[in-house]
Amino acid sequence: MSFSSSATHFVQTSGERASLLLATLRRLPAVFERRRLIADAMCSLGLNMTPVVLFVGLFMGMIVSLQTGIELSRIGQQDQIGLIVAVSMAREMGPFITATILAATAGSSIAAELGTMSVSDELAALEVMSIDKLRLLVLPRVVALAIMCPMLTVLCDGIGILGGGLVASSQLNVGWDLYSETAMDSLRPVGGWFGLPFDVFAGLLKSFVFGIIISTLSCAEGLRAKGGALGVGHATRAAVRDSIILVIIANYMISQMLYDL
Amino acid sequence: MDESTEPPSAAASDVPVIRFDDLHKSFGKQHVLAGLNLDVERGKTLAIMGASGSGKSVTLRHIIGLMKPDSGRVLVEGVEVAKMTREQLSEMRKGMGYVFQDGALINWLSIGENVALPLRENTNLSDKEIRERAQHKLELVHVPDAWNKMPSEISGGMRKRIGIARALITDPDIILYDEPNAGLDPEIARSINATIRHLADTLEVTSIVVEHRIECIRVVADEVLFLHEGKSLIQTATADFFASQHPRLLRFFGQDSLPPSANPHS
Ligand SMILES: Nc1ncnc2c1ncn2[C@@H]1O[C@H](COP(=O)(O)OP(=O)(O)OP(=O)(O)O)[C@@H](O)[C@H]1O
Ligand SMILES: [Mg+2]
Repeated sequence: MSFSSSATHFVQTSGERASLLLATLRRLPAVFERRRLIADAMCSLGLNMTPVVLFVGLFMGMIVSLQTGIELSRIGQQDQIGLIVAVSMAREMGPFITATILAATAGSSIAAELGTMSVSDELAALEVMSIDKLRLLVLPRVVALAIMCPMLTVLCDGIGILGGGLVASSQLNVGWDLYSETAMDSLRPVGGWFGLPFDVFAGLLKSFVFGIIISTLSCAEGLRAKGGALGVGHATRAAVRDSIILVIIANYMISQMLYDL
Repeated sequence: MDESTEPPSAAASDVPVIRFDDLHKSFGKQHVLAGLNLDVERGKTLAIMGASGSGKSVTLRHIIGLMKPDSGRVLVEGVEVAKMTREQLSEMRKGMGYVFQDGALINWLSIGENVALPLRENTNLSDKEIRERAQHKLELVHVPDAWNKMPSEISGGMRKRIGIARALITDPDIILYDEPNAGLDPEIARSINATIRHLADTLEVTSIVVEHRIECIRVVADEVLFLHEGKSLIQTATADFFASQHPRLLRFFGQDSLPPSANPHS
């Protein structure tokens, strides 16, 4: 698909996606009835991705530590490495990396699952049985990712900071104690943000929004898939592509809101 | 609004349960339905025949509101489907069963849960009650012990039968079957046909059966409609249909094989 047709698709479908989200939110009262499906979705879309998130998070922390550490040691400031790694993981890296991984894994599988249902008449079958597909299919997935995305982000932050520490102590001659102290210091609570350090709160708020974006977009693409396996392929691609784009945009906007006070 | 305030019972008996009124439907340049008219009366079974791709499935989809006509009307119990509110449509669908051509089972639910799904989602029956009813329908279509299997693990013919069980689970008044016998062996097919006939005879179920097999049509159908070039070529009583000497029908059946028309009725 060319750039312009992708862009057109993005614009044309935004209304549809927004109304899917609204319609799903209206079904929130049914969330308790759906606890089993939500738990299933949390496992298959979230928990199963834990190893990937941990792996990527670890390396991301190591990279940040190494890259900034080299520069900082030139000006003799390598003591600050803990702060830099912790803050950048909590604010940006953790939420964004987790969201990107989830878009590629959970998002594509949502789009493919619902897309397959759509092209094989299963959605039509639900419709003729007067079964609400938003309550059955969309609500559990949106709730599951809205919960799992922040949870995985916490793991990603944690292991990233750990990885940064490994590099700091082994390659940058920053002691483990010093590293962890500066890292923890930078994340001390500074306000009434639900008892969380501000940066952690900001990161979690972002990842909560990202989880909703990824699940809603992927559901919307899956539901509108048409035309056999080819259509499922299109839906999956559009879901991942547009999720990542929207996550980046939302990331900027939330950062702007939170840090520009 | 005016129509709904009239006493429905007075009109109900002579209004056809399903009526198509000059229905047109195109996909792009392809004119699939071009002025289709048909009537099905209460408790009757209409068989629809026609070449592959002639629009039989499209016809059924219009009845249950999965497709909207380009022009013309589809009336169910005297109400135009395309003009129904969301609630009316949902109400109508709850009283209808639809057997999809390829089963359309929900792939991530077990066979049993597929059949139970409409009851689980739309009623407050107890789990025990739901299981009993679903199991009963599974027995009716001769797959009594498939509850825990997944749709991907069963044969096409079995999927078809599960689709029938699911369509019957709410005991609908109107049932639309899209090739219920496709992929079934003759023995099972006979029994499915007997079930369709039985529902019509005992419960006054109104049905439309899209079907190619002459044996099936003879058993289940009161009337047969032949779809040709988007129109009803002929809609007539089953015996008359098979006696017809219309050249298109003779060609469809192959000249030699049609004749079992010299039969009980004539
Ligand atoms: N959603 C759709 N979009 C575009 N074209 C369609 C759609 N549904 C059906 N058609 C076209 O309409 C025509 C009739 O299709 P339909 O499925 O009703 O055929 P059929 O009579 O049921 O055939 P068969 O016996 O093979 O099932 C076909 O040519 C098909 O390509
Ligand atoms: Mg068909």
